[in-house]
Amino acid sequence: MGKKSTKSVRDLLFGDLWEYAPAPQSSGFVDLKDHYGHFINGEFVTTEETFETINPATEEVLATVSIADDATVDRAVKAARKAYDNVWSKMPGKERAKYLYRIARMIQEKSRNLAVVETMDGGKPIRESRDVDVPLAAAHFFYYAGWADKLEYAFPGATVKSLGVAGQVIPWNFPLLMAAWKIAPALAAGNTVVIKPAETTPLTAMLLAEIFQEAGLPPGVVNIVNGFGETGAAIVNHDDVNKVAFTGSTQVGKIIQRAVAGTDKKLTLELGGKGANIIFDDASIDQAVEGIVNGIFFNQGHVCCAGSRLLVQENIAEEVLTKLKHRISTLIIGDPLDKNTDVGAINSRDQLDNIKRLVDIGEAEGAEKFQPRCTLPDKGFFFAPTVFTDVTPSHTIAQDEIFGPVLSVLTFRTPDEAIEKANNTPYGLACGIWSDKGSKLFRVASQLKCGIVWGNTYNRFDPTSPFGGYRESGFGREGGVQGLLAYLEVR
Amino acid sequence: MATSKKKSTATSTRLEVLKTFKLYIGGAFPRTESGRYISEETHKGEFVANICRASRKDFRNAVVAARKAQGSWAGRTPFNRSQIFYRMAEMLESRRDSFERALQERAGYTEKKAVAELDATIDRLIWYGGWADKYIQVFGNVNPVASAHFNFTMPEATGVVTALAPQKAPLLGLITALAPVIVSGNTVVLIVDHDHRSLAIDFAEVLHCSDLPGGVVNILTGYREEVLSYIGGHMDVDAVAAFDATPAEKKELGVEAAENVKRVHFFETPKKDDWTSDEAQSPYWILPFVEFKTAWHPMAF
Amino acid sequence: MATDYAIPRVPSVDRVAADERAARFKSRSIKTTAKAAGLHLIISMIDLTTLEGKDTPGKVRMLCRKARQPLKGSDCPTVGAVCVYPPMVPIAKEELKGTDINIAAVATYFPSGQATIAERVDEVRRTVDAGANEIDMVINRGSFLAGDYGRVFDEIAATAEACGKAHLKVILETGELQTYDNVRLASQMAIDAGAHFIKTSTGKIKPAATMPVTLVMLETIRDHFLKTGKMVGMKPAGGISSAKLALRYLAMVKETLGDAWLDPDWFRFGASSLLNDVLMQLEKQRTGRYHSDRYLSMS
Repeated sequence: MGKKSTKSVRDLLFGDLWEYAPAPQSSGFVDLKDHYGHFINGEFVTTEETFETINPATEEVLATVSIADDATVDRAVKAARKAYDNVWSKMPGKERAKYLYRIARMIQEKSRNLAVVETMDGGKPIRESRDVDVPLAAAHFFYYAGWADKLEYAFPGATVKSLGVAGQVIPWNFPLLMAAWKIAPALAAGNTVVIKPAETTPLTAMLLAEIFQEAGLPPGVVNIVNGFGETGAAIVNHDDVNKVAFTGSTQVGKIIQRAVAGTDKKLTLELGGKGANIIFDDASIDQAVEGIVNGIFFNQGHVCCAGSRLLVQENIAEEVLTKLKHRISTLIIGDPLDKNTDVGAINSRDQLDNIKRLVDIGEAEGAEKFQPRCTLPDKGFFFAPTVFTDVTPSHTIAQDEIFGPVLSVLTFRTPDEAIEKANNTPYGLACGIWSDKGSKLFRVASQLKCGIVWGNTYNRFDPTSPFGGYRESGFGREGGVQGLLAYLEVR
Repeated sequence: MATSKKKSTATSTRLEVLKTFKLYIGGAFPRTESGRYISEETHKGEFVANICRASRKDFRNAVVAARKAQGSWAGRTPFNRSQIFYRMAEMLESRRDSFERALQERAGYTEKKAVAELDATIDRLIWYGGWADKYIQVFGNVNPVASAHFNFTMPEATGVVTALAPQKAPLLGLITALAPVIVSGNTVVLIVDHDHRSLAIDFAEVLHCSDLPGGVVNILTGYREEVLSYIGGHMDVDAVAAFDATPAEKKELGVEAAENVKRVHFFETPKKDDWTSDEAQSPYWILPFVEFKTAWHPMAF
Repeated sequence: MATDYAIPRVPSVDRVAADERAARFKSRSIKTTAKAAGLHLIISMIDLTTLEGKDTPGKVRMLCRKARQPLKGSDCPTVGAVCVYPPMVPIAKEELKGTDINIAAVATYFPSGQATIAERVDEVRRTVDAGANEIDMVINRGSFLAGDYGRVFDEIAATAEACGKAHLKVILETGELQTYDNVRLASQMAIDAGAHFIKTSTGKIKPAATMPVTLVMLETIRDHFLKTGKMVGMKPAGGISSAKLALRYLAMVKETLGDAWLDPDWFRFGASSLLNDVLMQLEKQRTGRYHSDRYLSMS
């Protein structure tokens, strides 16, 4: 012992002195079929037209998948209607509950399988699908199972009634989890379901269909149809659908809102966001830096509630950015199936192109770009974690949802300025506040126009905790007792 | 208040002073910028007044006033909002005779029906006022998340709401539309389109002396169809509350509302148009115009 | 001694988030070549320790021989140091002659520190004179919790001075400080007062070393380095008995402080049974068979 540091450069070196060896999650046990169709009336059916679903990390085709046309969607809605009229709406709540509990358990039993397929089909790191997506999906079914026979206690003084057939369209960023968020409350409330997974990530929903079959869920209670936007439109526009639930872009959400205008369909929308993560100078800095990383690089930034705008108090901006850059330098980017990967593959080529386009605009508009030194795989869709500094509210990258691992850093001087900047967006999904001072934190929280405020944390989810937005981030809540409102007539 | 023809008898030599009915925007009573009017008559066809026919620009001005007032209205304590509701009820109670008379003379109510509408209106104000500090308790909650976090959800006002008032019950309808909207902290632009619009402006005078801050309630008299598309499409309106909407109105509002993802809620008309019924009030009528905010915070030392 | 000691400004620490961050290192999967290299590194970082009332010269000799030759016939390195009570220093010195294994001794009235500063400093001098080249001191937790920060600082400074050329490791006894805010402040004070290493625990109080507490201390070291360019070492001690856990600590060091600290000069484990578990893992890697400690010598 006793060597003195001889470094003249006062910086940390995150190098290769001791590198983690590859730690691939084995996937040999995964038994994927070559082709997947739809799940209608308790059976797997295929239709003629197909598309390919690929692994975005390798660009290899995983399976071909049928496309549902209007007639197929109609079949699914009819099956759902029949199941609603004859079985599900008549079934005592406690029996519905047990089906949901059974599904939750089976998701837990097949958790590793589901996690691996989720990662292969969508590109997210196995650590996240294993530790976040799949456990939360099971927990969601477990939570809403308990509501199925207690609905009369959910809304004091009111009588509640199921709606009928729920038509649901879900996105590609959390394919299984979003299916759980949509299906569990719908079924608990006594509705039947026709749901369309995203076209880039259809596989875990089909594994979920297998679970429904194994669980003995009565035919037609959940119907899954695959396809693109047209298939989704067929669900949304079907006359016999009573409720439409959509999670996705604000642009498509508006189209859907127009489409159901003038009908009696109940609508809930979970749309985009441009969340502000506000760091005050009295914050626990190291944890805040961690929160920034978690806020924007979790799931490659493919998160509607991502903390994509960092608002940092001017007097600590330099310190925070230094620490942030160090932290980003330790992120491991690459094979999503590697257990050590922190940032996986971008979900699709289209999405990668869109991220690149917005990053180019950021540079063209004069923001300062930082990316850590990292080698991206040759094949597949990857994008390095990116931080833009010198961003002002008028920059495109401060306004548009990028939906990728790209952070825009703005500064503020006073709490009022932070609030004003945070609210300076048509969106209103989520914000983070980092401060050690409770009075300040809760005052700021009360002023933010968004559905979720994470105080000294970010990107946390729980089935008991309602999730949803203000303004153009949509309306309605998923999760918690409020999540039932979307699937019940309350009077 | 109200014009009253009964008092000027044939034997009197005194000429009655008629009231000019204007709009109610931002706590002031401006004329419509358009200079247009609608002649209002009693149920018997006698002249009541020339009522302002609000234009889309009046609507625009009303939204500006409503936006300006919203933050501080929502920022008041629920206790304070509750008291202001009670104050509105007090003011109405002390003026109930003239409203009862006006309902009979202008709208052709029987005395009994007029008394019933005043009773219901005053009681409904008090009823909703009581909810100001309770709906949050009933509809908010602590969520037992599976981590070391304190997590709670509470409803708060959506923002600026445009309401299409019911087309019956010229007094009670106003309260039925605005009370569930403003009790949570929203501000409202109320569109009144029926044969007895003058009552809405009489009522505005009650609001005006009730400690209700200017801009919280803005009342425009006119034609629904004239402003409908502007209501749906206005990017600074957060929600629409519509009573007695026709299918075509629902469609138009819904399509336009999508421009900024407005919340649109269509209220059901109570059975037999009985707006005095308890069916026409509910804490669940507050919910379409609130947003649930969920906050997380770690718990540890 | 300075009594007008200015309490350093340190950032607050949010416990839940710090715990979450530390837990992330548990999900690091360290396999094959990384595991082998990591295990070797861990051995070189071990302060092989015996600190018991029943310690005898015989026990210390056994420990020292294990330190010199962890596994017969293996290419594994020797440990970083042996760590003993002051009276055992001469025995260790004799046993470790001709090796570059350091001799660490716990002084300053370990583990409670309940003695006058004069007595504590005197013990340090005597221990250094006896041949210890590393001193593991305990801070005065009573004074710290009573808010008498000046006294805590002065005592550390005095001990550092008494150490002379020997290196000073300052034990915070984090299990008694309870909050991470206290850990952060005590870490900064120890560094400011001249610690070469900061160390979590005596091993006599539970909880001893934990990953989040170690993380908070590593972050203090990092901030000090970024501010001053001066490196400080870290030693978690107590409760780290498995190779798997030690590898996670190593991952935490790698990702918090970087490569420069992946070195026995700057990172140590205070442990006893850890060594044999690491050796079992190395044997498993070498032979492909799960190993048994009956084939390994005791320390």
